[in-house]
Amino acid sequence: MSSRQFTLLCLLPLAIFALAFLALPIVRLILGSGEGERGWGIYLQILQTPRYLSTLGQTVLVSLATTVAALAISTTAALFLVRNRFPGRGALLAILTLPLAFPGVVVGFMIILLGGRQGLVNAVTPGHVVFAYSVFGLFLGYLYFSIPRVLLTVMAAAEKIDPSLEEAARTLGAPGWRIVLDVVLPALAPAMIAAGAIAFATAMGAFGTAFTLATNIDVLPMVIYTEFTLSANIAMASALSVLLGIVTWALLLTARSFSGATVAAGG
Amino acid sequence: MLKSPGKLIQLAVTLFASAFLLVPTLQSILAGVTANYFQGLSSGLTLKWVVQVWDLYADSIFLSIGLALSCLVCTLAIGVPAAYALARNPGRASRMLEEFISLPLAVPGLALALALLQLYGSMKGFRVHWTFILVGHVLYTLPFMVRSVLSVLAAIDLKTLEEGAASLGAGPARRFVDIVVPNALPGILAGALTVVTLSIGEFNLTWMLHTPLLKTLPVGLADSYASMRLEVASAYTLVFFVMIVPLLMAMQWASARAARVLE
Repeated sequence: MSSRQFTLLCLLPLAIFALAFLALPIVRLILGSGEGERGWGIYLQILQTPRYLSTLGQTVLVSLATTVAALAISTTAALFLVRNRFPGRGALLAILTLPLAFPGVVVGFMIILLGGRQGLVNAVTPGHVVFAYSVFGLFLGYLYFSIPRVLLTVMAAAEKIDPSLEEAARTLGAPGWRIVLDVVLPALAPAMIAAGAIAFATAMGAFGTAFTLATNIDVLPMVIYTEFTLSANIAMASALSVLLGIVTWALLLTARSFSGATVAAGG
Repeated sequence: MLKSPGKLIQLAVTLFASAFLLVPTLQSILAGVTANYFQGLSSGLTLKWVVQVWDLYADSIFLSIGLALSCLVCTLAIGVPAAYALARNPGRASRMLEEFISLPLAVPGLALALALLQLYGSMKGFRVHWTFILVGHVLYTLPFMVRSVLSVLAAIDLKTLEEGAASLGAGPARRFVDIVVPNALPGILAGALTVVTLSIGEFNLTWMLHTPLLKTLPVGLADSYASMRLEVASAYTLVFFVMIVPLLMAMQWASARAARVLE
């Protein structure tokens, strides 16, 4: 057997698997979205139905809020952890990356423990403070799994910033906030765009967290789920899935072009 | 260290974020071993909830372990040779193939599950078989294995090593076993730990693909959050933590080790 034949043989299992369980199912999903009463007009129908439009708007809004908050918190923490060496730093870093392995359902349960009826906030504050099942609870859940992802991406970039740039700025008399604004943030910008795109895409598609918390909130993954299971509206569930898939895929492609990060978009 | 107010704010944000992530985790651990969470710790510590979880959900725990190990075998068998082929033929076609099999990282699991269900849902024997869930897990974890192995193979001078072996008379299969696999080991190890960690925690695909008789650990968790008392749900989460946290730490260690090989 020649080397070339052997290499092709090595690719064969992957090719068969990807064709049978990735390419063909995706084609089926796209075709399935056009098999409803409206045919391909179903994509127009999404834009004409107030419920789907408000769902899209709400999903984008929560995801955007999550992205902004995660970027602000994680960039601050990343800079602090990269610049300072102190006892307990390793422990903090471990805590901040722990949720990477939590499925979305577990993240949802964490928010219930904080803001549910038997939650911590309700127990320590006077009165009845329950927010786990609201849009705010969903936002906190998304934030919970976004913080570690953004932190790791930004930290990797922050470690590569040349400290002499900041020293030069300091010697020239720039105050601390100018250094952050003119030196640090521009250097971190590609990583922040990549991390932001990852956080946004993950929040858009997060099913597990929404499944635990958002029984009464219309976010895209929950609407897809109910269209499929409760309404048996398979064409609409497929069309919304295709739409969601294209959006998250395009976002993560953008993220990849800004940094080589590979992060699983599970939530 | 804390000479400026800016530093203090940074520290405060870091500590606040850590508390936000850690406090509910500790609550869950505590609730899982407290006799009555509503009354608090004064009601005493107990392992009865963990025992109850074991009675109720041991099947789901074993199913998840079995699935993760099967998934590991599949991703090794498919991913390692594929990564080798991609490393030997770097080019546009290889890049596109790698990009294509990485789609499950970007497209939400819910959408992939709907796609699988529409194509294979009518095959009754396959639909209710545990291998249907396995397909979903392999789909989701395969890109991690391929990329992890590929990044190590791309960093070493594979061509020279192989030419040396070929000049000594080693055929392609022999070179794969004796040269490629040993050199790729750090990448294979990091990929393997990632695959097992992700498979044990996978929910989004599994929820759509599972049947009432085939519940994995995370599916059981969702079930207990919806229908069990808080102590049982917490004890189950505690069992999950005990499994996933060592895996996560091993995965991070192996990934850092593989990254050092690249330098």
